[in-house]
Amino acid sequence: MTTLDSRQQATVDAAQVAVQSRGYWATVGVRIRDDKVTVACGVVLALIVLSAIFADLIALADPYKASMIKRLAPIGTDGYPLGADEMGRDMLTRLLYGGRLSLFMGISPIVIALAIGGTLGLVAGFLGGRVNMAIMRVMDVFYAFPSVLLAVAISGALGAGIGNAIVSLTLVFIPPITRVTESVTTQVRSLDYVEAARASGAGNLTIIRVHVLSNVLGPVFIYSTSLISVSIILASGLSFLGLGTEPPEPEWGLMLNTLRQSIYVNPWVAALPGAMIFFTSLTFNLLSDGLRSAMDVRL
Amino acid sequence: MAGRTTGPVLSAEDVTVRFTGRDATVNAVNGVSFTLEAGEVLCILGESGSGKSVTLRALMRLLPARRTQLSGRIEIAGRDVMAMGHRTLADLRGTEVGMIFQEPMVAFDPVYTVGRQIAETIIRHEGTSRGEARRRAIDLLDRVRIPSPERRLRAYPHELSGGMRQRAMIALALCCNPSLLLADEPTTALDATVQIQILLLLRELQRELGMAVIFVTHDVGVAVEIGDRIAVMYGGRFVETGPVREIMHNPRHPYTRGLLSSTVHGSLRGRTLEAIPGSPPDMTRLPPGCAFSPRCQFAEPRCETPPDEFRLTPHHMVRCVRAADG
Repeated sequence: MTTLDSRQQATVDAAQVAVQSRGYWATVGVRIRDDKVTVACGVVLALIVLSAIFADLIALADPYKASMIKRLAPIGTDGYPLGADEMGRDMLTRLLYGGRLSLFMGISPIVIALAIGGTLGLVAGFLGGRVNMAIMRVMDVFYAFPSVLLAVAISGALGAGIGNAIVSLTLVFIPPITRVTESVTTQVRSLDYVEAARASGAGNLTIIRVHVLSNVLGPVFIYSTSLISVSIILASGLSFLGLGTEPPEPEWGLMLNTLRQSIYVNPWVAALPGAMIFFTSLTFNLLSDGLRSAMDVRL
Repeated sequence: MAGRTTGPVLSAEDVTVRFTGRDATVNAVNGVSFTLEAGEVLCILGESGSGKSVTLRALMRLLPARRTQLSGRIEIAGRDVMAMGHRTLADLRGTEVGMIFQEPMVAFDPVYTVGRQIAETIIRHEGTSRGEARRRAIDLLDRVRIPSPERRLRAYPHELSGGMRQRAMIALALCCNPSLLLADEPTTALDATVQIQILLLLRELQRELGMAVIFVTHDVGVAVEIGDRIAVMYGGRFVETGPVREIMHNPRHPYTRGLLSSTVHGSLRGRTLEAIPGSPPDMTRLPPGCAFSPRCQFAEPRCETPPDEFRLTPHHMVRCVRAADG
């Protein structure tokens, strides 16, 4: 019995030593490696992103080359592995090229909104009082509109185009990111270790840079990753309404729009851009979930 | 340490703290005065809400400036704390004065290793190289009796036990050789065996480094263990101060007596513990006279006016009208 106990104790000690000897990122890496869903999502997402970046190398055809004979060719037609769209352009090629714009329009608004909203939230949360009041009430005004409606309204007012679509999407995502950053910052600010840091002589800037940022960035970053899926869908939606990309540029939302009329003729081909949007946003969501559980030191 | 003056490490005079809230003003500290010599340990003893922790934080001006009114005079190592700007204040904290908190779990930032947090503080205050700061951190962990300090340096706060974390906290507070250590109930969150280890360690380090310590606690036993002097606090005032021995053997304030008789002593076996009737005063509406009078069994009309300090001996002060009667 005692030998068993001591042996168990030894195993526990060994495990503790193993955990302690590893750095933070190494621990995160091991956790992600053990999480099969996250790994699978990461691989799929990497494939989608890489295929979009290297579209010129992979694609067999010219994304703009139309053919009257091959219009709406079904999946598996010779030379058109995923069929052709309503103008007879190769679907596979257009989906690969479309990924570039869709991903760009989905991710860049989040990156910009993270920089702006994150800063606003940090300032509001850390300073509190009137500054907080001013920033957060302005954000509440944006919150009053449904996000889709707000994006459409801003895009409509600014006019069609990729740049304007990105501006409108950025504006849509600043308020939620600001709010999340503000609430996490407020929470962190009142914790003992911030006071302990102050008691050991840290100034406001050091506290924000070292203690607040490092504790706030994780949750906010993960929240932003989950917003990318929404952003991709919204960007596609704007293009679908004719407010984002303009034809003949390949973009998933726009392709979905133009193929809409062919849904009764060739539903499989018409559904492909939608499937791409769905898979991309799904993998982003699952990946951000996986990252969240892997990056929390305390779990 | 260079520049240390020969006068008292700390002198506080008429320190008053008020928190102005939306619907009430809390009179947390109402005129606390004391001096602390180098190498002296003062225990501030009192129940929850008596203003102990607030007094401690006021000494370092750690209270949120927006809602706090702080007045009085505070001098640490001969420098006027009340007149300091933000930068000077930040330099003072951590170098001249170190602080230990009640909850070692939450007093460390969870996303950095213990070693990094200690090293950062050393670098910030003394501008040493990273390697030198690391060496100092190992040395400090060794000093607070943390086994295999090199490995613990790379541990995250949640990977350490409560006692170990509190030791690391002490190491952090001591990293720049402060002349004054403020300890805010550092043993309350620990269990009894670890508690005594930490107390002994603190006492030892205090003697070794010749620091002055202010130790806040609600535990009479802890106060006796560690203190040279005891200040009993009630309603935001020191009601009785004096050397530990004298307070223990000759308590003069009814509140001190109540505290002592409601604590377990070895000699009192077989007797029922007495409790102080009533509950601590509402700090938003303190009675005009002696704050303890509503709970005091000896209360009389004279208690309606605030009692003055009465000195039994040069070192033993009591704030009670009855003390003067002898």
